[in-house]
Amino acid sequence: MIGRDLLGIEDLDRVDLERILETAERMQEVGLREVKKVPTLRGRTIVNLFFEPSTRTRTSFEIAGKRLSADVVNFSPTSSSLTKDESILDTARTLDAMAPDAVVVRHKVAGVPKRIADALAAPVINAGDGAHEHPTQALLDLLTVYQEKGRIDGLSVTIVGDVLHSRVARSNIYGFLKLGAEVRIAAPPTLIPPAIETLGVKAFTSLREAIDGADVVMALRIQRERLDGAYVPSIREYSATFGLDRNKLRFAKDDAIVMHPGPVNRGVELSHDLADHRPSVILDQVRNGVALRMAVLYLFAGRPLAAAGEA
Amino acid sequence: MPNPQTPTDSIAQKASVPADLPRSGEERVVLDDTAIRRALVRMAHEVLERNEGQSRLYLVAIPNGGVPLARQLAENVRSISGLELPVGILDTTLYRDDLAQRGERPPLRRTEMPSAVDGRIVILVDDVANTGRTIRAAMDALMDFGRPSGVQVVALVDRGHRELPIRIDYVGKNIPTHARELVILRGRDGGLEPPLEVVVVPRGGDA
Repeated sequence: MIGRDLLGIEDLDRVDLERILETAERMQEVGLREVKKVPTLRGRTIVNLFFEPSTRTRTSFEIAGKRLSADVVNFSPTSSSLTKDESILDTARTLDAMAPDAVVVRHKVAGVPKRIADALAAPVINAGDGAHEHPTQALLDLLTVYQEKGRIDGLSVTIVGDVLHSRVARSNIYGFLKLGAEVRIAAPPTLIPPAIETLGVKAFTSLREAIDGADVVMALRIQRERLDGAYVPSIREYSATFGLDRNKLRFAKDDAIVMHPGPVNRGVELSHDLADHRPSVILDQVRNGVALRMAVLYLFAGRPLAAAGEA
Repeated sequence: MPNPQTPTDSIAQKASVPADLPRSGEERVVLDDTAIRRALVRMAHEVLERNEGQSRLYLVAIPNGGVPLARQLAENVRSISGLELPVGILDTTLYRDDLAQRGERPPLRRTEMPSAVDGRIVILVDDVANTGRTIRAAMDALMDFGRPSGVQVVALVDRGHRELPIRIDYVGKNIPTHARELVILRGRDGGLEPPLEVVVVPRGGDA
């Protein structure tokens, strides 16, 4: 049952996930039309509230909202004072007084979208919070894999890289497991979250073991500041051990696809060649992001609040 | 790579019949398969007669019920006249006028418009016409695909409770109904595989 807010994949069940993915497949057709706009959310206002800079995700939500005829307003407070809880909620309440029909929130601290949702009448969509969740990224990844492979159930998915700091990894782990895939992770021991296996994934420190027979290999972006020695000895060593190239990929299935949430550090997570060519599907992921976010806005934004239920 | 259209049916199978239908025995069949076939032959003749000399016709089905009807109409037109008409599918959900009032978003259905609508006479095909609101939505959706030279409407059943100034050009059968009744086109197993029938179902309780 789809609730008021979209805060994380953890809150959704299989039926919800399938409903969102099916809606996104229909929305893809709108993106192929000459007039890429439908009147569905005419007169509705969507606020992109991004406390952390993100051109890609914000633009994707903005295009999605506009294709549904919503008015999309971007609000990106940059002041560091806004990291304080009180001022975050103050900002949110100010926005709420302008009666938006959905608020899309990104913040570097896990749990902020939930806190904002508790304070607001409008539905809140999490666009990434700390190392917690990034639900729309995982949903567009699921859509991409589904359309590449024709199924999710029974696939073998390997997530490679900084799982410890990755909301993308966390959301994808929930999503793939709920839809019946097997999930393995590969990372240096310092970047494997403690007790990650309780989620139902297998953790490996050897890339080769982790991608053996995989249908999908997903590389995570690694922040440069994590490569200064505290977590891994050097970029060079990380890239040599966990950077994907065609040679390492030969242990995966012959028709395995390679994914990355972007932006790619070329030559670090993926070789230059893999970043740009099949079997990587990075541009499909970006393309699917717009249709997926249209689906999310259709399902969550602009419903009568009483009927939308309290999630 | 699988066609994005193809796997969709398997990701979440949808029944064409609302799930909250009462399973009571009070429903009555108002058109059986033979009557539906006969109506579709007659309407194919009417479409050809009214559009004589026009080869640029385009049948556009409103899903789900309009789809098997439009296909059969195209087949009938072909066997009568030899004309091959394109058949499109146009979902109207994103154009509905009641979305802001509904807590649950209705599921989207497939849209497939294989030919351009510019300069063609588009014949919208629906199973049951009633308030006219679906036809209104379909016309708005159609205009987003181009500028047809004309729009006509086929409905297998017309219930007649019009709320908008919309005219149905070709009617299979007029069926006076109570506003609280449901009129449903259905096939085997609740899907849309023939044999088809149209049933009137009393809506139970305070629905």
